Amino acid sequence: MTTTSPVTNPPRRTQPRTPAGKMGKFVDDRLNVAGPLRKQLNKVFPDHWSFMMGEIALYSFIVLLLTGTFLTFFFDPSQTEVVYNGRYVPMQGIEMSRAYASTLDISFDVRGGLVIRQIHHWAALMFVAAMMIHMFRVFFTGAFRKPREFNWLIGLGLLALGIVEGFAGYSLPDDLLSGTGLRIADAIMLSIPVVGTWVSFLVFGGTFPGHIFLDRLYIAHVLLIPGIILALISAHLALVVRQKHSQFPGNGRTEHQVSGERVYPIYAAKAGGFFFIVFAALAALGAFAQINPIWLFGPYQPSQVSSGSQPDWYMMFLDGSTRLFPSWEIRLWGHTLPPLFWPTVVLPGILGAMAALYPFIEARMTRDYQHHNLLQRPRDVPVRTSLGLMAITFYVVLFLSGGNDIIAHVFDISLNAMTWGGRIALLILPPIAYAATYRICLGLQRHDREVLEHGIETGIIKVLPTGEYIEVHQPLGPTDDHGHGLLEYSGTPVPKRMNQLGVMSPVKLIRGFFYPVTEKPELQAAIDEADAAETSQRQHQLTE
Amino acid sequence: MTEVNYGNSPSADELRSMSPEEAMIAGAEVDGVHIVHRRERFPVRGSKAEKRAERAVAACFAIAGLAGVGFIVAFIAVPFHWHLPGTPQDFKYFTPAVGGTLALMLLFFGVGLVLWAKWLMPEEEVVQDRHDDPSKVEDQMMTEATLAVGLEDTGIRRRSVLLLSVLGAGGALATVPLVYLVGSLLKRPGTTLFHTMFQRNTKLFPQSKGMVPIVYSDWRQVSPDDLLPGGLATVFPGVRQPSEGYDGVHNASSPTLLIRLRPGQVVHPRKGQADFGWPKQNPQYIAFSKICTHAGCPASLYEQQTGRLLCPCHQSQFDVLSDAKPVFGPATRSLPKLPLEVLTGKDGRLYFYARSDYHEPIGPGFWERP
Repeated sequence: MTTTSPVTNPPRRTQPRTPAGKMGKFVDDRLNVAGPLRKQLNKVFPDHWSFMMGEIALYSFIVLLLTGTFLTFFFDPSQTEVVYNGRYVPMQGIEMSRAYASTLDISFDVRGGLVIRQIHHWAALMFVAAMMIHMFRVFFTGAFRKPREFNWLIGLGLLALGIVEGFAGYSLPDDLLSGTGLRIADAIMLSIPVVGTWVSFLVFGGTFPGHIFLDRLYIAHVLLIPGIILALISAHLALVVRQKHSQFPGNGRTEHQVSGERVYPIYAAKAGGFFFIVFAALAALGAFAQINPIWLFGPYQPSQVSSGSQPDWYMMFLDGSTRLFPSWEIRLWGHTLPPLFWPTVVLPGILGAMAALYPFIEARMTRDYQHHNLLQRPRDVPVRTSLGLMAITFYVVLFLSGGNDIIAHVFDISLNAMTWGGRIALLILPPIAYAATYRICLGLQRHDREVLEHGIETGIIKVLPTGEYIEVHQPLGPTDDHGHGLLEYSGTPVPKRMNQLGVMSPVKLIRGFFYPVTEKPELQAAIDEADAAETSQRQHQLTE
Repeated sequence: MTEVNYGNSPSADELRSMSPEEAMIAGAEVDGVHIVHRRERFPVRGSKAEKRAERAVAACFAIAGLAGVGFIVAFIAVPFHWHLPGTPQDFKYFTPAVGGTLALMLLFFGVGLVLWAKWLMPEEEVVQDRHDDPSKVEDQMMTEATLAVGLEDTGIRRRSVLLLSVLGAGGALATVPLVYLVGSLLKRPGTTLFHTMFQRNTKLFPQSKGMVPIVYSDWRQVSPDDLLPGGLATVFPGVRQPSEGYDGVHNASSPTLLIRLRPGQVVHPRKGQADFGWPKQNPQYIAFSKICTHAGCPASLYEQQTGRLLCPCHQSQFDVLSDAKPVFGPATRSLPKLPLEVLTGKDGRLYFYARSDYHEPIGPGFWERP
């Protein structure tokens, strides 16, 4: 095919000969994607352990989609009463809804069904947990700042939807625990002023529990909410691609560049491998850690409840706020505003609004309207870090109060004392957390400066001819006449121990885990040569 | 996306003379991606260390494959049918075996991929330029003009009648689906929340003048002799007309706690409820709605020594001897009290009836409640 003369024909590329090349040409002739595709393959992602939190959330969601689809083949959300006749003998002959019976079937009659059910439940817990930790990472490193406010808001929406989706999911089996949770959800709807009863009747199709509710909840759980979550995740990731990932400062990194590894092939292999590792962890949890054993709870009966009824972890803070809120009811002009309204509707509303507004408030307060692609160390922004710890402390008090009956039982404390302790702690601990975090941040900052100025403590004590004892410090860089370091703090970790110096060497000289690998002499010589060339090239680059 | 070209893309002839790696680097440069550092993990091929790394990665994939085979074997061969305790409990190995092999397969496949990337693929340090400045002023201006002229072309600013009518139509288009959805889902609460199935019903119960019999969950009628002093029972309205939607036992608003006091326990009744118990003077039996007035859980933990009733959901506590007044926790209202009556049945035994419905709505508070 290369016999045609370039003089008589317009210039054209040589025809591909390999099957892969032919395939590529076939696609490109039709879609014209060579340029954009190469750009995506060459896209650079920075690497840091804290960036994996969002990945865990994403992969948990994929696991949820996979296992959830499996479960839909067997689950029936109907509230029709049936008499159980499956393999789990203790429940045989008991009246229950089709929803509960089919969940028992998944657990006992479908081969491998229980594993998938448990993986699904664990993945839901992990999904919300990973989103929350990911949010902490974004908050404490300032990754939400301009230009990434949109993604902060999308992420908050995902967290809220993830919690709603999880609640919908564990309410579906219609067991005693989930039915109790739904009853409380109904009471929360009823507590809304003016429209509360109408909202409750709209959702349940009449008085609680009605006959249609689980069917509605089911379609919301398997189609409506996951559809919205999927769309928001797509937007979230599209914005990460469009704006490129933020990264920590260091090693010549600037606001105008991103450094790391290209998507193809290294980052793709690592991220793909990490998906399977997350899936493996969830599968192991599903295999070895029992979760939501609904056959021990029994079918839902409005007249029954068991003590120690805790919701899934992400609902616990609302349970706790409900337990702690005092019995304050407002009665006006023949109307009632129940106490349930404040801790379950107003409080999460305020928390969500504060989180949503935070990036804009911080920009306003600090008058910082710049683009930021380099992340901050939490210690360098003590006010933000302390505010974050204050919020987390508030959340943790609510979370623990959600299980205060268990704590009271296990540690033999009065239940009433736990409630009062929670109320007091909720007001007192957050400010203490703020003050303590602020001091810790300043302390860490000062130590960084101290090491930059005076060097690392070597642990070597020297006696001067005058009889004075001094400790020898290793300066990190050039020093002035007084021996003080000239390096400025640049937002990167400062080495604090002698062992942390010199780890940047690009060449791994010794290979082998238990003992060094000994190569054949001629190979070893070649390796030494390559290593020496590499090292000298590096040093040359550094001195430039 | 704004296309930025970095340097000049090499010509096809230049590319033909390049090695694939050089062509790759040239392509990256065109995309604003600078490969600062790139090095084979094992610059000298065929070394022991390289073979060892390759073997380790291959071993990961081999273990993943074997775990997959183990999964299939476990899935088919391990028994999983549930058996009563006392019989062989072999089924309990099924979930760990199946899930464990699944986890092993996934884990080693994932670890294999990660180690492949970390040990065998070249190490590289790549820097990509960001372009997150706002668009160029020229771009902004031209886009703004395009938008403005397009709007002008529609003439909507001049034609105010058209604007008003299209806004109106848009409002209708947005509102109609909302009305459709909400309207079809909406149910009028009416007075539903103010009644339970203890409401008098002369049609169903003519012989008791409409008073509803009180039953257990298995529909047996409740007799005063059933309870020992200090005992309590969860009871329901004996209304059983499933075809008409009446099912007193399964209805969510009707569960009621019937309590027999210990000798010597005296109730301090709320105003107007002094004769709700049985006997009317110096009552021994009293009945309260079981549905907590806070969030609707069944308040079911009764401590007969102190006469306190605890709701396990949010720890509201009610003092039964003060007509279930809330004494701790988030609940604000007493549990509604059911007026009891006792009639002689056909078999000559005494049976409980509800003299009337509760005098106030049961369960959690809501806006319309006085």
